[in-house]
Formats: sequence, structure tokens, C-alpha cells
Amino acid sequence: MFKYAVWIIFALVILLLPQLFSSLLGVSILNQMTIAIVFALSYNMLLGQGGMLSFGHAVYFGLGGFMAVHGLLGIEEGAYYFSVTLIPLVGGLFGLLAALFIGSFSTHKAGTVFAMISLGVGELVAASSLILVSFFGGEAGVSGDRTYGPTFFGYDFAQHLQVYYLAAAWMFVATLAMYLFTQTPAGRMANAVRDNPERAEFIGYSARRVRLISFVMAGFFAGIAGGLFAVNYEILTEQNLNAATSGNVLLMAYIGGLGFFIGPIVGAVVLTLVNSVLSHYTDLWMLYLGIMFVLTVMFLPNGLTGFLMMHRTPWHLGKMHLLVKPYILTAIPGAVFALSLLAMVEMAHSFEAEFVFLGATLNSEGALSWGILAAIALLSYVAVRRSLPRLREAWAQANTIDTGGPS
Amino acid sequence: MFEVLIFATLNGLVTGLLLFMLASGLTLIFSMMGVLNFAHASFYMLGAYFAYSISLYTGFWPALILAPVLVGVLGALIERYGLRRVHKSGHVAELVFTFGLAFLIEEAVQFFWGRATKDYRSPDILDFPLFTLFGQNFPAYKAFMIFISIAIFVALYYVLTRTRIGIIIQAAITHPHTVGNLGHNVPMIFMAVFGVGTGLAGLAGVIAGPVLTTFPGMAVVLGSIVFVIVVIGGLGSLAGALVASLLIGLLQSYAIASDVGMPDLLNWLGVSFERDHPLNDIWSLTLPQIAPILPYLLLILVLIFRPSGLFGKRES
Repeated sequence: MFKYAVWIIFALVILLLPQLFSSLLGVSILNQMTIAIVFALSYNMLLGQGGMLSFGHAVYFGLGGFMAVHGLLGIEEGAYYFSVTLIPLVGGLFGLLAALFIGSFSTHKAGTVFAMISLGVGELVAASSLILVSFFGGEAGVSGDRTYGPTFFGYDFAQHLQVYYLAAAWMFVATLAMYLFTQTPAGRMANAVRDNPERAEFIGYSARRVRLISFVMAGFFAGIAGGLFAVNYEILTEQNLNAATSGNVLLMAYIGGLGFFIGPIVGAVVLTLVNSVLSHYTDLWMLYLGIMFVLTVMFLPNGLTGFLMMHRTPWHLGKMHLLVKPYILTAIPGAVFALSLLAMVEMAHSFEAEFVFLGATLNSEGALSWGILAAIALLSYVAVRRSLPRLREAWAQANTIDTGGPS
Repeated sequence: MFEVLIFATLNGLVTGLLLFMLASGLTLIFSMMGVLNFAHASFYMLGAYFAYSISLYTGFWPALILAPVLVGVLGALIERYGLRRVHKSGHVAELVFTFGLAFLIEEAVQFFWGRATKDYRSPDILDFPLFTLFGQNFPAYKAFMIFISIAIFVALYYVLTRTRIGIIIQAAITHPHTVGNLGHNVPMIFMAVFGVGTGLAGLAGVIAGPVLTTFPGMAVVLGSIVFVIVVIGGLGSLAGALVASLLIGLLQSYAIASDVGMPDLLNWLGVSFERDHPLNDIWSLTLPQIAPILPYLLLILVLIFRPSGLFGKRES
């Protein structure tokens, strides 16, 4: 029963979210999130489940998206009778075809060879997109209009909210399909080939074919994400298939956590939020994102989801209460430390002498502000260092089964 | 025709040797740690920016020495406190770490130096035409670049094959445990190699900055090309890196200098298409137009037909 309950709750959350965030900005962030979720999940079919590190996954997202825009243009011109609701499928199928072609020669090997081919293909397609103007539209890109064609039970998708429900429906179906794929023999074999290709070959599976299946499916779902992007933004440019977009999806999947199905969803939600909120307040948000990424790789190799999942043992042992106090004792000085560094970075970057940071007025030219902040940073750093042994002790205690008592 | 060929060759040589300075460090680091350093070109960018800032106070020549040393020390610190920590989580984590590092360094450069192009110039003493051929000048600075690159290659080759340190490094590549058992500090050797490799990248940045302009995107421009070279040459092979660097440098230089394209080919074949043909973009392609994508085409072909690269012995 639990299995079904998760999906029903997931569907309810998707349906109710726009009620909570009904502003135009809220809905547009939600739209961005749904697209990012599909894209990041498709990426994890490669890296997390198949062990293939790709630096060019945006190729399938972008190609699917461009095809979808051309689909929209065709509807607009009346070339054929087609519903906008099915446009993401056009993107998906084109992504699938592209992945089938490229996968036919890139999936021979996993590891570095695959990563390098994906990098080369990514650069190749991004560079070609500026040369082949009739399909990619050059620098300006290709734009369409989603409001043409037959209406869907009276909806013409002129409003963002209607687009959200369309995207959310696709996202739900795609997420379910990708989850079910992990349960199929093909999905299981993808895990086996990731962990030990030689043994998989000994049982009689072709590691290459297993990789190709994962690769093609990943291309299909990336294409669907691209199609959703096309419906939502009505424009695609070279930026949607270049290395930056490929890097971004790697970031999402990795920060979320590669080892868990839900990881990329967490990563997509968190990063979309961080991006849109941070970029609203500071123009240094890319710097913070980079720092966050590097710190995650260094200290949370299993991502945010992995960090949460670490608490399964203490939870089952009923020892979560042991962790609460040490966590608070580390987190508060930690947050103060991070904020004071943040304030100093912003101060160094600021062009104006005085500016307001979290309600405090800072003077970037006066030594007083710098001195106080540096002192706060130093003190909170010491506090963090001093709280760590206690945290480690509590963690060890929370993860050990008590002996001697009745079990 | 002849003059175009000569200048294309000279320019290709300059680019190729410059690329080699980056590729040599990258391939050395790869053969030691088995990790491709995505941030390698970022160290090259840091070299150019450090040299720019130092040269504001001291002029070009001290910066030529100081900037690569600073970059090398920074690289060694990153290896010691970042990469070594991530090493435990496996190769994918390492690759992803260097990928994030490249992203971070680009943002950091924009934070410290801004987005605008820096006015980093070659020294006045080298600011004269070395010789004039068919009415075209060949700047002395480019000759200086060629000289430095060749000197680096010779020095690197000498150290790696003729000195005791080089022998220990080579042994540490193939048999790290044995070398460790003999009493050498292998992690220390790794850190030193990483530092020297990134330092070399920094040196490349110092001498390339004035020619290729110093701006926050300079790492991205060269980053993936250097990767291509290391893979084509064969991962871990110094000679392969040299050959591939020159190959890519000359290939791009010739492609840009040429004026042939699909129209000429079609003419020669006697085929013609209407201007509004749906594939007109393809029929009107010229060689200079596709020059930037040639290295990637070559990369994909090499990986399909010879995954170990031209001179490589192993695949990953």
C-alpha cells in the first residue's frame, strides 16, 4: 500500500502547489521546476543507474526542444492537425532518435571514453547549431506560439497556470515511467552493468546493448523535458544545448544525490529555487552555486538525499533525539560563519559604500564593518570546530545498537 | 598561396605548442592519478590573470616567473585539501569535483577581476617584427612563445627520463605501492606533480594572455580543446600530446586560412542546388566556418576507431 500512497501524495502535491504559489513568479518557478525534474531524472538514468558520466546530455534536451518548436510552428501554419498537449512527445521521440544514433557508437565503453565522446558530441552539436541556421535559427534561436491548434477541452494554454498543469501531468507520467523502468529487467541490468560489466557479460548480457537501452531512454526523457521547455518558453536557442546546460543538469543530479531515485528530484527543486531566489538578491549567485557544488562533492558525496538517508539507522533505532542538540550546536555557529563570510564577499563586491545586508547596514569602506565581520567569522569558526567532537560522539552513539538490554 | 601556407604553418605551430604546454601537464596528471582534470584550463586562465596583476607592479619578466609558481602552489593546495579528499569517493566524484572547480574558478575570476577584458600586453622589448615575409610581419613575441614551449618540452623530457626524480615519478605512475614501500612519499609526489602540471598551465596562460586576450571566458575557449588533444594523443603519453597538439594547431590554422568549401566541391562534382534548398546551410558550408568543430570531429573518430588514442597504451 505504501508504494501507491507515495505516488498519490506526489500527485496531490503537484496539484496543490499552484494554489500555494499562485503569483505569476511562483507559477513560472514551478514550471521551471517540473522541466528540471524530468531533465535531471533522465540524466540520472545515465549516471546514477547506468554509470555513464555524460558531459553532453543537453544535446538531447535541446534537439528535442528544437523539434518541438518546429512542431509548434507547423501547428501554427496549419500544416497538420495536432494538439499542443502532445508536443512534448515530439521532442521525446526526436531525442530518442538522436540518442539512438549517437549511442550506437558512444556506448561501446563506459568510463572516460564515454565521457569524452559525450563531451565531443556536445561541443560538436552546440557549434553546429550556430552554423545550421535553418533548423537552429542561429544566435536568435527559433520561437513558436503554443496557443494555436485545437483546444484541449476548452483550454488554449495562453495562461501560465494551464501550462503548469500540462507540464505537471507530463512530469508525473514521465517520473512514473522512469521509476517503473528502474524496476524492469532492463533497468536492473543497467545497475549490474554499472557495477560490474564483466560479470554481466559472463551471464550472457551484452553490456553495450544494456547501456544503449539506458542511453536511448535517457535521450527520450531528456527530449520530453526539452519539449516541455519549448511549450513553456516558446523559444529555444543555442544556450539550451550547450555545455553550460549539460553542466547544470549534472549539478542538479549530483547535488540531489545520484544513488537514489528521488535524488535528482530533490536536486532539481533545490537548485531551481536557489537559482531563482539567489539571482533575485545578488549578482554573485553563480559564485555561490559553484562553492555549494564543490563543497557538496567534497563533504556530501551522496548528495542531499544521501545526507538525509544517513539518518535511517538512527531513526530505526529510535535515537534521533540524541542528534538534535549537537546538530543545533553545530548548525547555528555554522550558519553565522557562512553568513559573515557572505557579508564580506558582498561587501568586497559592492560598488556602493553602504548597503543593507539582512537588515544590518554595512559600510564597505569603513574598517569597523570589516573588523566586526571578521571577528564574528573567527568566533563562529572556533565554535563550529569546538562543537564537532561532540557531534561525532553523538553520531557514533546514535548509530550503535544498545547491548545488554532486552531486544 | 605560398605565403598563406607559410603563415598558417607558423601560426599553427604557435597555437599547437601553446596547447602542448597545457596538454603536457594534463596528461602527466592523468597518468599519475587516473583523473582528467577538468579545471586544467582554469589554471591557465589564472596564470594569465595573476601575471596581469603582477605585471602592473613589476613588469612582465618577474610575472613570467612568479605567476606560474603561484598557480602551481594553488594547484598543489587544491590537490592536498580537495582532490585527495574526494579521491575516496571514486573516479566519477573526482571528475565531477574538477568540473565544479572549473565552474568555481571562472566565477571567482569574474569576482576578483570583473567581466571585462584586461589590458594585458606583451613586453615592449619583444614588441617588434622579427622578420617580414611577403609583406607580412611575424612578431617577435610569437617566436618567444615558440621558444618557451620548446624549452619546456625539452626540460620536461629531460627531467622525466634522465633524472632520478623523473625515474621515481615514472615508477610511481605504474607501481605506486612498490615506490611507497621503497620509502618514497607517494602522496607527496602526486601533489608535486599536480602542482607542476598546473604551474605549466599557468605558464601557458602567462605567455598566451597577451596574444589570445585575457578575459573570463579564456578557459572555456581552450578547455575542451586541451581535453581533445590529450585523448587523441593517448591518455598519459607525452609524445602523443605533442603530436596531437601540433596536429590540432595546424589543422585549425590551415582550415581558417583556406578558402575552400562545399560550393567548390559541388562545382568540381558538377552538382548544383537552388539557393532555397532545405539543406542550403550544408551546401554552402566553408572550411573556415567548420574550423572550430574539426577537433571534436577528430576526437569522435579517434575514440570510435582507436579508443586508446594515437600513442596511448590504455583506454581509461
